[in-house]
Amino acid sequence: MGKAIEAIDLSIYYGSFRAVEGVNMSIRPKTVTALIGPSGCGKSTYLRSINRMHEVIPGARVEGRLELDGTDLYGAGVDPVGVRRQIGMVFQRPNPFPTMSIYDNVIAGQRLNNKRMRKDATDDLVERSLRGANLWNEVKDRLDKPGSGLSGGQQQRLCIARAIAVQPDVLLMDEPCSALDPISTLAIEDLINELKTDYTIVIVTHNMQQAARVSDYTGFFTIEGTGKPGKLVEMDETRTIFSQPKQKATEDYVSGRFG
Amino acid sequence: MSTDTSPGPAPATAPAPPSSKPVVQPGDRIFAGFATGAGILILVVLAGVAAFLVTEAAPAFVAPAEEIPGGGGIVAYIWPLVFGTLLAAVLALLIATPLAVCVALFITHFAPRRISQPLGYVVDLLAAVPSIVYGLWGVAVLAPASVGLMTWLQDYLGWIPLFAGPVSATGRTMLVVGVTLAVMILPIITAVSREVFLQTPKLHEEAALALGATRWEMIKMAVLPFGRSGIISGAMLGLGRALGETMAVAIILSVSGAVTVNLISSGNPSTIAANIALQFPESTGIEVNTLIASGLVLFLITLAVNSVARFVINRRREFSGAN
Repeated sequence: MGKAIEAIDLSIYYGSFRAVEGVNMSIRPKTVTALIGPSGCGKSTYLRSINRMHEVIPGARVEGRLELDGTDLYGAGVDPVGVRRQIGMVFQRPNPFPTMSIYDNVIAGQRLNNKRMRKDATDDLVERSLRGANLWNEVKDRLDKPGSGLSGGQQQRLCIARAIAVQPDVLLMDEPCSALDPISTLAIEDLINELKTDYTIVIVTHNMQQAARVSDYTGFFTIEGTGKPGKLVEMDETRTIFSQPKQKATEDYVSGRFG
Repeated sequence: MSTDTSPGPAPATAPAPPSSKPVVQPGDRIFAGFATGAGILILVVLAGVAAFLVTEAAPAFVAPAEEIPGGGGIVAYIWPLVFGTLLAAVLALLIATPLAVCVALFITHFAPRRISQPLGYVVDLLAAVPSIVYGLWGVAVLAPASVGLMTWLQDYLGWIPLFAGPVSATGRTMLVVGVTLAVMILPIITAVSREVFLQTPKLHEEAALALGATRWEMIKMAVLPFGRSGIISGAMLGLGRALGETMAVAIILSVSGAVTVNLISSGNPSTIAANIALQFPESTGIEVNTLIASGLVLFLITLAVNSVARFVINRRREFSGAN
């Protein structure tokens, strides 16, 4: 668990429109990397390209290489379904399956892998995943209730539990706290800190304080104007990005002088 | 305004006396009136229909058994019709629902956009074809064409009571009626399912895909559970049409009045609606009351079917995703 990600001259296209251009980025195993930047700068697109989720939009494709511990994720014969089983994702808005109970939500990914598990093994996995997501104590008495009955923050932690239940190598988070109140946000941030002992985490956030709080490394994306591709301006240790960035654009953005 | 103690000149119209009702815009009131009126009207119409059926059917229920056509009493008269109606409708539903769900899934999740749009229109168009046309197609094309298949069914699956035979030479059997009705109700079930499938939240589809679901697994995890109540309502709408279908059944089915599940023989129970259509022109007096009594039974069956469907949908409301 916890693998390195290496983007080499990665460009992402929607049809003929180039959304992100020429990203070179090394993400170390078992670190938290935050992606920041203004709206529409391509950071979410880049994040979704890491587990090939952007391909749900017809016409999406990439150029360049994206490697997970040296394996090209876009190589010939690589199944996006397999990629997504290794690289889990948590979305902007909590999305537990409404028709499933909390228990079934957690093991949804495991069920997909078609592994027949004994009941006590599944029980164990559910408990371990929910404990891993700091949710066990809140839901252990109502595992058979629908996941949609939980609060927003609990739902988001349920989604994290669901993502880690399949033991991925990497966990992607696309603005996981933007729909949550400050207390739930704090709970998720604490959780991210604990999860990085096992997983490589990449998180997109609009909240620069959050990036500063949770991440080890920060990448700053920007866009020159509408219709232009987004690009990675700078990536460095979070401390450096927020104190002495090398690029003027980064400094403007993190100090609030942007746009 | 005489008790006004607020500083400065009081506005001419405010404040309103505290005892007054909340402010309602005239537009709101008119719309509320219309909506309420429409709601009441539909109940009145329904009550009117029910009252007509009950009063007109009553003589048939109290009449002595030998006056009822067939001479065996009202139950003996209606029972085979009820059986035929349910058999034809259920058969149609069993054929049409899986097919409709597959078509709807194909349109919403598998077909490229330039195919799915026209296909959607074609399915909608099918719903607009008059039932008599389906009936004519059933009796002129499908019935003769299906004799071979039914012979095959009898030869190889004859041990199942459904296909016991002997095969009808004309092909005017319950099976052909079922298939024709299935084709008729396919568009409505497809249309309803398609609309529901399209409304599946992207969020849930992506949740499944991000867990490493294939497209089919995503459909099983996110789309079908979300669309379940929609599929059921679509199927019930279709069942309603199949139960009440008159002309297609009247044209196709060769009737003997036998109560049998044998789908491929020439001796079939008729259905309530087809029987009314065929018998009504030559009926007088108590015969008319008997036919209306069968109509009342059909009304009750439809009511029961809809209530059951509603119950099924509500049972798992907690998990429906509507919250």
